[in-house]
Amino acid sequence: MRMRTGGRFARATGLVVAVTLAVGAAACGDDDTAASDGSGGSVDLVAYSTPQEAYADIIEAFKADGHDGVDVSESYGASGDQSRAVEAGQPADYVAFSLEPDVNRLVEADLVADDWNSGQYHGMVTDSVVVLVVRPGNPKNIESWDDLIEDDVEVVTPNPFTSGGARWNVMAAYGAQIQQGRSEDEAQQYLADLFANVIVQDDSARKSLQTFSGGAGDVLLAYENEAIFAQQSGEDIEYIVPDDTILIENPVALTTGGADDQAAEDFLDFVYTTDAQRIFADHGYRPVVEGVAEPNEFPTPSGLFTIDDFGGWSEVSSTFFDPEDSVMADVERGIGVSTGG
Amino acid sequence: MTDAPSPVVRYGMRILALGYLAFLLVIPVGLVFWRTFENGIGPVIEALSSPLAKHAFTVTLQVASIAVVANTIFGVAVSLLLVRHEFRGKRILNTLIDLPLAVSPVIVGLALILVYGRLEPVGGWLSERGIDIIFAVPGMAMATIFVSLPLVVRAVVPVLEEVGIEQEQAAWTLGASPIQTFRRITLPAIRWGLAYGIVLTLARSLGEFGAIAVVSGRIRGKTQTLTLFVEERFQNFDEHAAYAAAFALAGVAVVALVAMNISRPEES
Amino acid sequence: MRPGTGLGLGLATLYMSAIVLVPLGAVVWRSRGDGWSGFWHDVTTPEASSTLRLTVGVSLAVAVINAGFGTLIAWVLVRDRFAGKRFVDALIDLPFALPTIVAGLVLLALYGPESPLGVDLAYTRPGVVVALLFVTLPFVVRTVQPVLIELDREMEEAAASLGATRATIFRRIILPNLMPAIAAGTALSFARAISEYGATVLISGNLPFKTQVASVHIFSQIENDNTTGAAAVSTVLLLVSLVVLLSLDLVQRWAVRRD
Repeated sequence: MRMRTGGRFARATGLVVAVTLAVGAAACGDDDTAASDGSGGSVDLVAYSTPQEAYADIIEAFKADGHDGVDVSESYGASGDQSRAVEAGQPADYVAFSLEPDVNRLVEADLVADDWNSGQYHGMVTDSVVVLVVRPGNPKNIESWDDLIEDDVEVVTPNPFTSGGARWNVMAAYGAQIQQGRSEDEAQQYLADLFANVIVQDDSARKSLQTFSGGAGDVLLAYENEAIFAQQSGEDIEYIVPDDTILIENPVALTTGGADDQAAEDFLDFVYTTDAQRIFADHGYRPVVEGVAEPNEFPTPSGLFTIDDFGGWSEVSSTFFDPEDSVMADVERGIGVSTGG
Repeated sequence: MTDAPSPVVRYGMRILALGYLAFLLVIPVGLVFWRTFENGIGPVIEALSSPLAKHAFTVTLQVASIAVVANTIFGVAVSLLLVRHEFRGKRILNTLIDLPLAVSPVIVGLALILVYGRLEPVGGWLSERGIDIIFAVPGMAMATIFVSLPLVVRAVVPVLEEVGIEQEQAAWTLGASPIQTFRRITLPAIRWGLAYGIVLTLARSLGEFGAIAVVSGRIRGKTQTLTLFVEERFQNFDEHAAYAAAFALAGVAVVALVAMNISRPEES
Repeated sequence: MRPGTGLGLGLATLYMSAIVLVPLGAVVWRSRGDGWSGFWHDVTTPEASSTLRLTVGVSLAVAVINAGFGTLIAWVLVRDRFAGKRFVDALIDLPFALPTIVAGLVLLALYGPESPLGVDLAYTRPGVVVALLFVTLPFVVRTVQPVLIELDREMEEAAASLGATRATIFRRIILPNLMPAIAAGTALSFARAISEYGATVLISGNLPFKTQVASVHIFSQIENDNTTGAAAVSTVLLLVSLVVLLSLDLVQRWAVRRD
């Protein structure tokens, strides 16, 4: 019978697999999570992906500031994904997202109070701006938005229908045109020309940063803090802050559960302290608290505008980003049809 | 004896087949290997010993173990059903078993949340009784079971069909109980098919990303699997840790696959 | 019915229902949210129809290429002899072992803008095809191999002794016996290809109307809180897979009857 000689080896393979699984299961037994025993309460932090490193430092500072019994669990992912996860029941006390609509989703689901943004800083914890990221030495000599629609320029930006970051990019581009005195139609035409030069639309901002670092494209539209983070991580890039660009504001909020939690409230207070804001600044974010940033650390662009100049996100989401009937839907379709679909 | 093919044909086919495999499979996988170890073995070990990596490894193994055990039991049972029993709807069952292969991981996550999410009827009912499915290990295990469902069945069924029923029938006529027959006749006969199915299930479970990403909640240290860890490290420009973790994942599966393949007796 | 059939079937159905059928049913149910006209609308928007056509088209191409190369590779692994053959045989299952994100990343590194081989397939349809070929490699090979091994050489030898050429022998004796296995593997690789996300998402560039596969489109619908639209497109993909899998089943039964 031909199976005979294989018996020992079959058992050996089975043993290898079983041992691997058993070791893993056993290893999970000892839980050597650092420091906290949870005696000081717990905070479930759910945030978008880019401030991960910043929050690691902030949590450490928080604990050193007299809260070392607090157990902070962290979850990071794409802003929209995280927001939807909380909506679907993921435990969360403190939420930090890339843009306001991701908080509004939770407000509508009664998971965040209506007055989350009624405080001094309107619910925003950090700022940034949209910048143009280029290769070292800026070989294509890109200096402003107009250079992006030149024939030989390849642009990288995430897909505005899957990425919050891309929406900031689009509004920055559009707003810059308006700021320079062009009409709405001309600004929309600019968007069409811009996206005709886009060679790849990753589904998230961080992915498009990596695509650009990987060698694709001449210019990347990104958050300033993303560009700074890339540089701090050793990526070989430069960035230009255009004169006309949009102010990116990142919201934070406590959920209704978190609002009842003393530890979570303490954490929310902590992120507005000078120490925490300084940590944000060290990671490339513009602090919202006055006096934290060094004088020339984050120069203010002369033509800075905000999303409120266009009616706020609720207005902008439907006019520009409705998947079926909006400015960007027309732009994407226009390109699709002209490149043969 | 059939004519041996002309050397031209034989070498031509061999080169074509091996060339295809080289460019599609060997070189890419070799690249993973190279990128993992380009700075030596030290950084790899270091990257894999961080507390977060260890937690991720643990979570992955927990989830994979559950999936392997569950799908092995299910796989053997369904294989026996499909090959040794007759019933109406057999063809439908056969087709449904392959269905998970065709489902996008985005949908797997969505589907599980729609039923077992905290705010849904079934999930809510369970949640009130303290049983959390989504954003916890059970949900992740379900997602993994989902995507690896067909593997044991598809490996065991051909073997069961080939082995035939004579020995089992002989055992019954000699008075053996179904369990005895299974343990002493059937199981040894399907041993290799089963081993193959289990190893494939393990490999698939270790590598699952898309569906797990949706149902896990990505809570570091608690529901972050090694694949999620790989993504996180990549996104933070920590390529070395990412490749190290990816290598660990692939390594376990590859070792099991190769060991099984090489120790399997040569086909006649 | 034999003893145990009822119980076994009941338990198997319960297991499959809890994990696969009820959740998928919930997706299909969800797609009815806006009624039939809403469903039809969701799957016929320019984006949806473009991505569906692209995905199905690319997956068909991949399935056909796999049918050819998979059979060739299985043939070489069974009938040929060379040093290291068992090792190569073991490698075939590697795509199962590698997480799709890593596969995607590595394929991009090899066949993208920084390719050491000078081949740049990034953000093109051929790039998507290559990524899918990687992921679906084992399917046809592993379904054809066992059949090739079991193939009765006597018929081939008889035909040869009657003067048939190798080509004729292959065409009229071997191929018909392999057809069910090839069909099975091809259908599985098609099903796998239409659902792939991780391996394609990097190399494809997700350009709408050009290289955006259905999984990404579904993801984008979810991102825009259009769960119903996402469910609708997913339902269409599920139906296509079901049709393909059922057709495979028919082909297999037809081939068995002809024996």
